[in-house]
Amino acid sequence: MNNSFWRKLSTHGILILGTIFMSAPVWVAFMSSTHAADTLFREGLQYWFGGHFFETYNEVLFVEGGVMKKVTALEMLGNSMILGLGFAIGKVVISMSAAYAIVYFRFRLATPLFWVIFLTLLLPLEVRIVPSYEVVAGLGLLNTHTGLIVPLIASATGTFFFRQYFKSVPEELLEAARLDNAGPMRFLIDVLVPLSKTMIAAIMIIMFVVGWNQYLWPLIMTTEENSYTIVIGIKQIYQVLSEGGELPQFQKAFALTILAVLPPVLVVLVFQSWFVKGLVESEK
Amino acid sequence: MSTLTLSGINKRYDNGAHAVRGVDMEISDGELIVFVGPSGCGKSTLLRMVAGLENITEGEMKIDGVRINETSPADRDVAMVFQNYALYPHMTVFRNMAYGLSNRGMAASEIEAKVRETAAMLRIGDYLERKPAQLSGGQRQRVAMGRAIVRSPKLFLFDEPLSNLDAKLRVQMRIEIKRLQRELGVTSIYVTHDQTEAMTLADRLAVINEGKVEQMGSPMDLYSDPKTLFVASFIGSPHINLLPASFEAGQLQVGATALPGFEGLPEAVPLMLGIRPEHIAQHPEGGIEISVDLVEQLGADSLIYGAVSGFDSAEPEELCVRAGEALQLAPGERIKLNFEVDRAMVFRTDNGERLV
Repeated sequence: MNNSFWRKLSTHGILILGTIFMSAPVWVAFMSSTHAADTLFREGLQYWFGGHFFETYNEVLFVEGGVMKKVTALEMLGNSMILGLGFAIGKVVISMSAAYAIVYFRFRLATPLFWVIFLTLLLPLEVRIVPSYEVVAGLGLLNTHTGLIVPLIASATGTFFFRQYFKSVPEELLEAARLDNAGPMRFLIDVLVPLSKTMIAAIMIIMFVVGWNQYLWPLIMTTEENSYTIVIGIKQIYQVLSEGGELPQFQKAFALTILAVLPPVLVVLVFQSWFVKGLVESEK
Repeated sequence: MSTLTLSGINKRYDNGAHAVRGVDMEISDGELIVFVGPSGCGKSTLLRMVAGLENITEGEMKIDGVRINETSPADRDVAMVFQNYALYPHMTVFRNMAYGLSNRGMAASEIEAKVRETAAMLRIGDYLERKPAQLSGGQRQRVAMGRAIVRSPKLFLFDEPLSNLDAKLRVQMRIEIKRLQRELGVTSIYVTHDQTEAMTLADRLAVINEGKVEQMGSPMDLYSDPKTLFVASFIGSPHINLLPASFEAGQLQVGATALPGFEGLPEAVPLMLGIRPEHIAQHPEGGIEISVDLVEQLGADSLIYGAVSGFDSAEPEELCVRAGEALQLAPGERIKLNFEVDRAMVFRTDNGERLV
């Protein structure tokens, strides 16, 4: 009894400490964003609510800011959303089609090709960023959503996950579908996609968060403020801070940070159950 | 309502494996044919070739006289019941059954009517809105059959459909399949490795071994008149007794005993004497003597197993006798047996050919 009480206390203590450790910076950022610029400048980080919540967030969301004063956080959120969704949907569609081709169609060199795709894991964007930039610039796609999304869309990880999943689908299902007069497209849409829906959801969520948090590529790709994503926007605000002669607008930077974290958090919270299901179980 | 003709069917895989070797077969309208053989004998391959799931390397296949070698599985108008049922796990029972119909462009109202009618026939009408995962093994089996029946195909193909069921359900479904097939009158091929299933279901039975049809005929024909050693040993439960023998000086030598009553057999060739357990009986002057090892009481009769005297004790030859309940024996007892010479069979051991 006594023993289990102390054990409970210590495990909960560790968990609580961990939770605080993880969430305290977010709390500080959020609290600081509700204060006025001069309070932050004079007193440093804030740990409790200030009275400027609506003021700060209203300004950040709806008043054009940045170096050129041409973009609001709302627009940047929009860009991030397009990037995140385009990234997630594109990756799922492309990697699913690739895996479908590799698993279900007998063509020459299917297995070597799969390993070539898999090898691209060793070549992340950072390695090929100069040629990628060159290609996108040559196509005149700088500062466009297409240019932002397309170079990142191929996914070896996604292809790998779908390939493994498709391989575990019993072959008789394909044969039954063939006898049921379902062609390759039908089989994909009527059987494989519904079967892998939890898998699709899981990959989409991961990819959405990854896409939303892209930093280096949008940073290089976007030169005009209205193409900025929210993550780039934060960086730009800090740049303004160090350059301008006026009072640093720390509260806006904090507000942007909070705004940037919110959508991925919401996505994960809302789709959490799907997400876990997709990774853990399969309906077969 | 169809006939199926196979002529000179061969299947070779890219790796050189010769799975099906020159199968000729004529299946008439409404017949239930069972392919039976040990696992890996090519019976499933042959079935899958009929379904169109495997290419035909050589030979010709015809349904109602029309060549179907190059026809796609869907256009052959055959329906198949798979061993693991292969139901679409995300579709309801209704959609599972309707899928093939809607893919063929049938009107929704007609599909509805056909599915309901078939479901009623199979007594799965109450489960139409359930998913396969919510059904028991037997119910899933019925759905798989329903999916095949609802299309009213020219041919039913069953690929070991009962092997995932427990023994009791298997017997029940076996009877049901037979009944349905009679009612619907659809030409069917049924693949199994279980010879009891094969015997009870088949109109005609094709025993397949190493890619070849060893013998084809009615179950009783195959039982009482097997053409090869393989068929004799495969059909029948308990198995036929096989004793190595040779023909010397006009008599059949089995171990140390010479048995009279055989004539004209080749000498100096290893032979095999085959006697069904029910054709042996105790007889005071019987030529074969066994020492009883084991008695299995089955109620109506009992099976007596024993080692035959006259063979090297290092390699004893077991004999099984089906005896009435009157015969009560204890292990270790020695009994003399006689068998009906005209029902005994003699095979060549080297090529399995039946001589007598």
